[in-house]
Amino acid sequence: MKVLAAMSGGVDSAVAAARAAEAGHEVTGIHLALSRNPQSYRTGARGCCTIEDSNDARRAADVIGIPFYIWDLSDRFHDDVVEDFMSEYAAGRTPNPCLRCNEKIKFAAVLDRALALGFDAVATGHYAQLRTGADGLTELHRAVDAGKDQSYVLGVLTQEQLAHSVFPLGDTPKSAVRAEAARRGLQVAAKPDSHDICFISDGDTGGWLGDKLAERGLDVNRGGDIIDVDSGDVLGHHEGSWRFTVGQRKGLRIGTPAADGRPRYVLDIEPVSGTVTVGSRERLVIDGLDCIRPLWCGTAPREPLICTVQLRAHGAEHRAVLTPTDESFTVALLDGAEGVAPGQACVVYDGTRVVGSGTIASTRSS
Amino acid sequence: MTVYLDNAATTPMLPEAAAAMTAQFARVGNPSSLHASGRDARRTVEESRERIAAALGCRPGEVVFTSGGTESDNLAIKGLAWAREDASRDLVVSTAIEHHAVLDPLHWLETTGGARVYLMPVDRHGRLEIDALREVLAREPERVGLVSVMWANNEVGTVQPVADVVAMAHEHGITVHTDAVQAIGQVPVGFAGCGVDAMTVSGHKLGGPFGIGALVVRRELVPTPLLHGGGQERDIRSGTLDTPAIVGFAVACEVAVRNQRAEAERVSSLRDELVRRVLERVPDAVYNGDPVHRLPGNAHFSFPGAEGDALLMLLDAQGVECSTGSACNAGVPQASHVLLAMGASDADARSSLRFTLGHETTRADVEALVAAIGPAVERARAAGLAGSRT
Repeated sequence: MKVLAAMSGGVDSAVAAARAAEAGHEVTGIHLALSRNPQSYRTGARGCCTIEDSNDARRAADVIGIPFYIWDLSDRFHDDVVEDFMSEYAAGRTPNPCLRCNEKIKFAAVLDRALALGFDAVATGHYAQLRTGADGLTELHRAVDAGKDQSYVLGVLTQEQLAHSVFPLGDTPKSAVRAEAARRGLQVAAKPDSHDICFISDGDTGGWLGDKLAERGLDVNRGGDIIDVDSGDVLGHHEGSWRFTVGQRKGLRIGTPAADGRPRYVLDIEPVSGTVTVGSRERLVIDGLDCIRPLWCGTAPREPLICTVQLRAHGAEHRAVLTPTDESFTVALLDGAEGVAPGQACVVYDGTRVVGSGTIASTRSS
Repeated sequence: MTVYLDNAATTPMLPEAAAAMTAQFARVGNPSSLHASGRDARRTVEESRERIAAALGCRPGEVVFTSGGTESDNLAIKGLAWAREDASRDLVVSTAIEHHAVLDPLHWLETTGGARVYLMPVDRHGRLEIDALREVLAREPERVGLVSVMWANNEVGTVQPVADVVAMAHEHGITVHTDAVQAIGQVPVGFAGCGVDAMTVSGHKLGGPFGIGALVVRRELVPTPLLHGGGQERDIRSGTLDTPAIVGFAVACEVAVRNQRAEAERVSSLRDELVRRVLERVPDAVYNGDPVHRLPGNAHFSFPGAEGDALLMLLDAQGVECSTGSACNAGVPQASHVLLAMGASDADARSSLRFTLGHETTRADVEALVAAIGPAVERARAAGLAGSRT
């Protein structure tokens, strides 16, 4: 196959590209330039989008012995990922930009372009596995390394996209990937993993959002009350509801201890009034979800499905029953879950297999 | 098989230059040393300087060796701005299509308060309109300290009316610099003949080695140095002279200038064939640049609906090497400032590709490009459409 390997400049995508080449594919490496002006988005060494990262990717391609180019996806990334990220936060939700990037950039804009240019597939360094199911469809499964499994952020991929994807690292633990990188002479073998959001350089999401939303003149509430869910008392004030995420405990800066002396958590964010509601940990527990924008990896479920769901990246698996409705689905959680933020993805699993995903629109507790 | 059509980026070394340079590597001696080995090296450097001077039509003492085109441009732009005797002549007039080695020092001077800068627009062929320059200079002639206009543009190959610029500027006593990096060996270039006061030359663009170039600058002008130290080059430029590189540069310069006329004829006829046949294969391609005032080896096209970087990749996979002509700063391809200055849209600028022929280019190279271009454009167009899908 002619394979296009997306190379971020990190160790995983470098080893993935090397493995694809070793498997006999005709591999071309590309680095995605996602930021029009790298300095404004990120100046640190970790994550994507730096000059250093594109140089690291180039050196890895040299060592592997494959051609290497840089593709400028910065406009698409800005429109589809960064703008979405801002407007979701402004609306009181907590988006996951990595899923969005996979859905709209890596396995859409990049894959479409690759196929049109004569490639057969896109390879990435994601930790996930592809198998062919009994029905002949391509199945997405969790990686062998549970700690590194990234099937969650790939839960937005459709059959067409999966059929043109290659994930060479799904069967290998991260530590073995690093060792392999060193053995292959890849300089990035010891490069730190990226954790935070690639386009927010200092990791201060709240500060970044505040600046960006102000720059864009978005009509967001720049302050509001922090209210106790039980008493309705105003416990404090904040400087912007986008600084909060459901389930958040730190940074509330409410002086008065609760009546019971226990910590309080963000339960709800109302972006229009700017009201942030807080309460005890028990109040965080929910047992139902309404999900919109369903995306199915294979056949869409038509009947209620006994499954497990994962509600945030590297989050726990919850036993659940999924009920499909028109253009959406609901989820009943058998054991309850806490700190579930609207805007995050609900990824549905059948064992290790990813069934599909939806965006959490609202949560319920009975 | 590699089909190298990127001679404006760098040229293959002329065998004569490589041989002369290689011979030098076996020898010891710092040209600034006083003993016999040093004197030998010095003699080699000075002979090389004389050969370059003869080839470029200047005096040997006017050749200041530098590390290449970028340093020479910086030395001319910043060095002459810093050295100006008349403080009121603080305006530098240049063009919007200069190389970044000129534009960026100008921008730096402007933002640090070292000069005011005015960039002349160009016409749709990328050529400076001389009447517009006349008006700009007439507006405040006593305030202009320097005019810098490139001899020929590196992207679209448009040759600029440098002799006219010189005549006009000198009427007002204004110093003129030209970046002639792309012009030497391509078109006739004479330093004294055209009357410029400073001229940038680079080794690796004319069949010589990397890392060596010169600023040819009239003896009366003393740009403030960028590099201070041993003062090797008229106290304008410090740093141990690189004898092997200087020898390679001199031989290449001599050969390139000696062969200029015959090569220009040979290369321009290949180029014309390339243009004709590419336009046959891709009838809606747009041939950019000046049809008359043009470097013999330059062919520059826009392929509407196709992205330049996709085309480059597809041609590269076929062994055909060319350039999108855009500065690849930070790895993020920018739309060419040259094409934008010529009035192209951002999309047109991004759909462009530069093919530059040189002393090793053959008819077979043209054939290979002609064979590859049609399918590549077709495929890149499909990808362009795929890329615009939301």
